Amino acid sequence: MATSATALSNQPMRAKRPKPQLSYGRQILYQVMLLLIAFIVIFPILWVISLSLDPRNISRPTELTLIPPGASVKAYEKVLQQPTANPVSFGQLALNSLQLGAGVGIFSVLIGVSAAYVFSRFDIPGRRVLMLAVLTVLMLPSIGTIAPLFVLLNKIQIGATPADSLRNSLLGVGLSIISGALPFAIWNLKGYLDTIPRDLEEAGRIDGASHNQVFLSIILPLAVPALAVTGFLGFLTGWTEFALSWQFLTRPENFTLTMSLWNMTGQYASTTPWSEFSAMSLLVAAPVAVVYLALQKYIVSGLTLGSVK
Amino acid sequence: MAAITRERQAPPGGFRRWWNRTLTLRTAWLYLAPAFIIMAVITFYPLFYEVWMSTTAYDVKNLRINAPAPPRADQSDACQSNLQGTCTWGLLENYHQIFTGDLPIAVANFSFWNVLAFNLVWTFTNVPVHVVIGVLIAVLLNVKGLWFKRFYRAIYILPIVLPSLVIAVVWRNMFDSEYGAINQLLSSLSHVFGGAPVALRWLDQVEPPISFLPLPLSYFALLITNIWLGWPFMTIVATGALQSIPADLYEAASIDGASPRQQFMSITVPLLRPAMIPAAVYGIVATFNLFNLIYLLSGGGPLRQTEILVTTAYRLVNEQRLYGVAASFSVIIFFVLLGLTLLTNRITKATERYDI
Repeated sequence: MATSATALSNQPMRAKRPKPQLSYGRQILYQVMLLLIAFIVIFPILWVISLSLDPRNISRPTELTLIPPGASVKAYEKVLQQPTANPVSFGQLALNSLQLGAGVGIFSVLIGVSAAYVFSRFDIPGRRVLMLAVLTVLMLPSIGTIAPLFVLLNKIQIGATPADSLRNSLLGVGLSIISGALPFAIWNLKGYLDTIPRDLEEAGRIDGASHNQVFLSIILPLAVPALAVTGFLGFLTGWTEFALSWQFLTRPENFTLTMSLWNMTGQYASTTPWSEFSAMSLLVAAPVAVVYLALQKYIVSGLTLGSVK
Repeated sequence: MAAITRERQAPPGGFRRWWNRTLTLRTAWLYLAPAFIIMAVITFYPLFYEVWMSTTAYDVKNLRINAPAPPRADQSDACQSNLQGTCTWGLLENYHQIFTGDLPIAVANFSFWNVLAFNLVWTFTNVPVHVVIGVLIAVLLNVKGLWFKRFYRAIYILPIVLPSLVIAVVWRNMFDSEYGAINQLLSSLSHVFGGAPVALRWLDQVEPPISFLPLPLSYFALLITNIWLGWPFMTIVATGALQSIPADLYEAASIDGASPRQQFMSITVPLLRPAMIPAAVYGIVATFNLFNLIYLLSGGGPLRQTEILVTTAYRLVNEQRLYGVAASFSVIIFFVLLGLTLLTNRITKATERYDI
């Protein structure tokens, strides 16, 4: 499965035999097919970009113009000021999403990596039972525990009024996301640690290094790519989380980017602010898409590794 | 080095020997402790609480701090006043209500069996399409001497890197009957051929477009979106596997006179299988629980016809506020998933036995 890491890296062809060149007819046929697929893939993205830049600031797009006449960033300005009717700025929304993302990413990796190390390397009694517990939780979708989390967090009061429960706070949402993200981080990291050869650690042990030294100065440095990818996937989970925040949070100052994006999508098309909605979509998607592109070859191999177990 | 000399100098006594012998064990537990203490509180405790909740008529009334404990599911007021007026299933009353559709609050078009059936249809119509399209495009991209491979690969990765939530809301707007891009694109295509403008009501037309299939138009909208979303992952997996197939095999086959079709069927397909099956299993579980796409794109509509299990569970909490029933529903989802996982594992094992 490790081969899939090189999937999109356009490997140099190992042409040993004299290869009959692709005929021009076939080449053109294939190019037409591939261009058509590329158009289908890119069409929604193009549509959103063009709507967001349209200088006419379209409230009801009635015809398809993929290349708008001129360009304006008015929609972006409006969105960055105040995306929805709620009295909350884009900066505040982004900060809330960032807190959720960073919190989930950092926390799940920091806590998860030591457990993953034990699962990967120690044969202690009870290991199989604990691993089975983690796997069982992994099987459940995050929506599956929304009822008890809502009820339990609602009982923990953190402010002066009864409405100030842990449920109605970013911390509560973050904890709820981590309850699903931590098992995933443990499993994903274990899968990667399993691929690190044991020779190095054994050499370290012979040289008298303690378990802590082996973990800190041999395993952790080798696991940096996996830590980065798992941390990023945790970040992505927090940044794009919708269902829990939509259910838990009631105060506009706690709202997240994804909640606002859904607010802008609206119930009826005639009330959708099309240009602003498009600008908002791109602002939510772009940061994570860029990081994803940078990390994609590690992420894809990690995901497929995880699914093989 | 210091550790070794110290151990040698101190001849171990009774306690000391035990202490040294259990060093590995103690380290292991210490390393496991943070994750498992936290998971005990925020993962396992809520799960057990959910199982308990599923036997009660947990309600909005019971949400307050210091509120009295919720009554047993079969002793609640709602239970006494439901359609039949009697509850006979004891602790499992919530489950009984879910299976019969006789919820404490009347929910229009609620049917567990319809949702389950649609969820399975949804999953098993999506994943095979993803795999087939993914493999075909991977094979096409792997043709030797093809131009602009790097360009196409860079574009085809886009559906994976964009957050699925954003994709769902963008496609929802694209499927809008008046202002959406899909109808406008179809209209301009139809204009070329002299046809009338297209005004399909993608998301809220109730009548099924294909008369003998009880699937609404919004199912096809979801299917189109999810195919757009799903095939690139399969292409990546297939490309990786394709590049590890030795070229000699094809060479030998063509010397033996095998046609390209024969080569594809007897070299490419069997050698792709070990990579594609785990990817398909991953796809099945992911598609089965695809909350964001369905909740944000079709909203389960029209008339709950495209609702899946997880979106139904969410609505039980978010709209009906039947926390006890929602807990039962989640427990049912767990067992459905368990069954699905065992089934796919069995299929995987059965198809893995392959002598190459």
